[in-house]
Amino acid sequence: MSAPTLDRQPAGSPGEAALQEHFDATIAADRRIEPRDWMPEGYRKTLVRQVAQHAHSEIIGMQPEGDWLLAAPSLRRKAVLLAKVQDEAGHGLYLYSAAETLGADRADLTDKLIEGRQKYSSIFNYPTLSYADVGVIGWLVDGAAICNQVPLCRSSYGPYARAMIRVCKEESFHQRQGYELLMTMMGGTDEQRAMVQDAVDRWWWPSLMMFGPPDDESPNTAQSMAWGIKRHTNDELRQRFVDMTVPQARHLGVTLPDPDLAWDEAAGHWRFGAIDWDEFKRVIGGQGPMNAVRIARRRAARDDNAWVVEAASAYARKHEEVPA
Amino acid sequence: MHEETVYEALVNADGEAGHWAFGTGFDDPLAGVDTTVPDGVDPADLGTYCLMLGDDALVLAQRLTQWITRAPELEEEVAIGNIALDLLGQARLLLARAGSAGVLGRSRERAGATIPDEDALAYFRDADEFRSTALVAAPDADFARAVVRLLAASAVRLAVFTRLRSSRDPVLAAIAAKGVHELAYHRDHAARWVLRLGDGTEESHRRARSAVDAVWPLLADLFTPTDVETRLAAAGVGVDPAGVRDEVRDVLGQVLGRATLPVPAWPAAAPPRGRLGQHGPELAELLGTLQGLARQHPAATW
Repeated sequence: MSAPTLDRQPAGSPGEAALQEHFDATIAADRRIEPRDWMPEGYRKTLVRQVAQHAHSEIIGMQPEGDWLLAAPSLRRKAVLLAKVQDEAGHGLYLYSAAETLGADRADLTDKLIEGRQKYSSIFNYPTLSYADVGVIGWLVDGAAICNQVPLCRSSYGPYARAMIRVCKEESFHQRQGYELLMTMMGGTDEQRAMVQDAVDRWWWPSLMMFGPPDDESPNTAQSMAWGIKRHTNDELRQRFVDMTVPQARHLGVTLPDPDLAWDEAAGHWRFGAIDWDEFKRVIGGQGPMNAVRIARRRAARDDNAWVVEAASAYARKHEEVPA
Repeated sequence: MHEETVYEALVNADGEAGHWAFGTGFDDPLAGVDTTVPDGVDPADLGTYCLMLGDDALVLAQRLTQWITRAPELEEEVAIGNIALDLLGQARLLLARAGSAGVLGRSRERAGATIPDEDALAYFRDADEFRSTALVAAPDADFARAVVRLLAASAVRLAVFTRLRSSRDPVLAAIAAKGVHELAYHRDHAARWVLRLGDGTEESHRRARSAVDAVWPLLADLFTPTDVETRLAAAGVGVDPAGVRDEVRDVLGQVLGRATLPVPAWPAAAPPRGRLGQHGPELAELLGTLQGLARQHPAATW
């Protein structure tokens, strides 16, 4: 089932009204919007913003764990970590491609990231201080990312939904690898157990912030849910993550750093303490411990290698097949 | 994909630790393989030879990994990651084979009992116990240096592995049979970049040329056999590197020619210093990063 693929109609014209009606019907029937279908400009912009932010997060997210690639403490761990960081580059590629189906351009989106005009997940602005951080990022950060992303496999925009299916499968793998590393470390020396607890203490609250501001302060949620771009509110997903994670923490033998964490029998949920939203705003606003470092690395990869990209283009032009 | 099933799987993620990820479920890469040393072969020679091949792979994987998050394009992040993973896989098998042949030496005393042979050898040997060549240890000044070095290193390694497929040691023969497919891709990937850079822009040509000038002298010691290699080649187990020189020279000459890059004079043969454990400071520096954490925690389990 596909929508009419007419050229963009002037706003308010009778043609646009028909297209809008078809779009609304597609969304209402929970069917997918595809790249050639007509879509309202707001829907397109919201998607580009969300998909680009997601792609940027994958690429910037390579850095915190990537910082341990050279020093991974066993060859097996090095191979696992390298494969994971490589998967993240792959996720970035699918997502930039999904954004390109909406008319965006990867190089332009990268420029926007570097210039601070588009954001990425605030979680990657924290440093990775020990090897336990690699495991905790897998367990908590990838775990939170999956909670956010699994519903996106049903996103109304086809290319994004399909990219998310593959991304989620791989993220799920990463989450288990992270947890397996932590289980191994908890079975190791006292020093290793202390490293794990310290990493949990540092990453727990930032992981909860990954779901975004509380529902009453999330300006885009209502429209995104109406459009089927988002499927659950930030607070719903955050609660789901906490409920999932508390038993895992117990099994692992670590303490989550929240004295208010308590089981609410009536509601069937774990209640948790207040999140420091001022910290979230500081980090999102560029004042996190690693914001400048992350962007500087991305900028250097672009600028230091610009001559390589130019060479590849020049070579491709010279050696283009000339049609007979 | 069923949303609930995914959450369910996550909640139950602690049920079968160790079985989720390729490479995480087993510690010994040679598990189940017959590691008997062939008749008439000195196990110490075989082990030392595996260290030579394994150390080259490990050191080059480490150099390539330095490009991760710093590569020119995302596609190249993925490609470099693939190549480094292949080499890391080769290193693990070869170091495990070296361990099974009994050349662990002091590394076994330095590493805790829980640390497998491959890691004892990778993390608990000092630079003068490494058998890698200067070609793989050299730092990359830029992307041109990285791809020219990768071209040279994979051309040599592919030529050696191609011959090693018929080694009398079945473990080496199997490692080589798997490795040739990987190395053919590495060489091809590097060659394509050398063509793009050599025949791209003025700047890329200048950089590629300077990379070739920097890498060529590092070929000097690659084709001088050590006594170990000479003995193992005679026994049908190893490859005499002198025998692959002409093939490598032809391959490199062809690529540089097509890339419009001048081919420098072939360097005069030099003694195989790296194979004998004599290295410049860049290897010690690389190993400092690679080994630091593991050495801080010799009794740890990872």
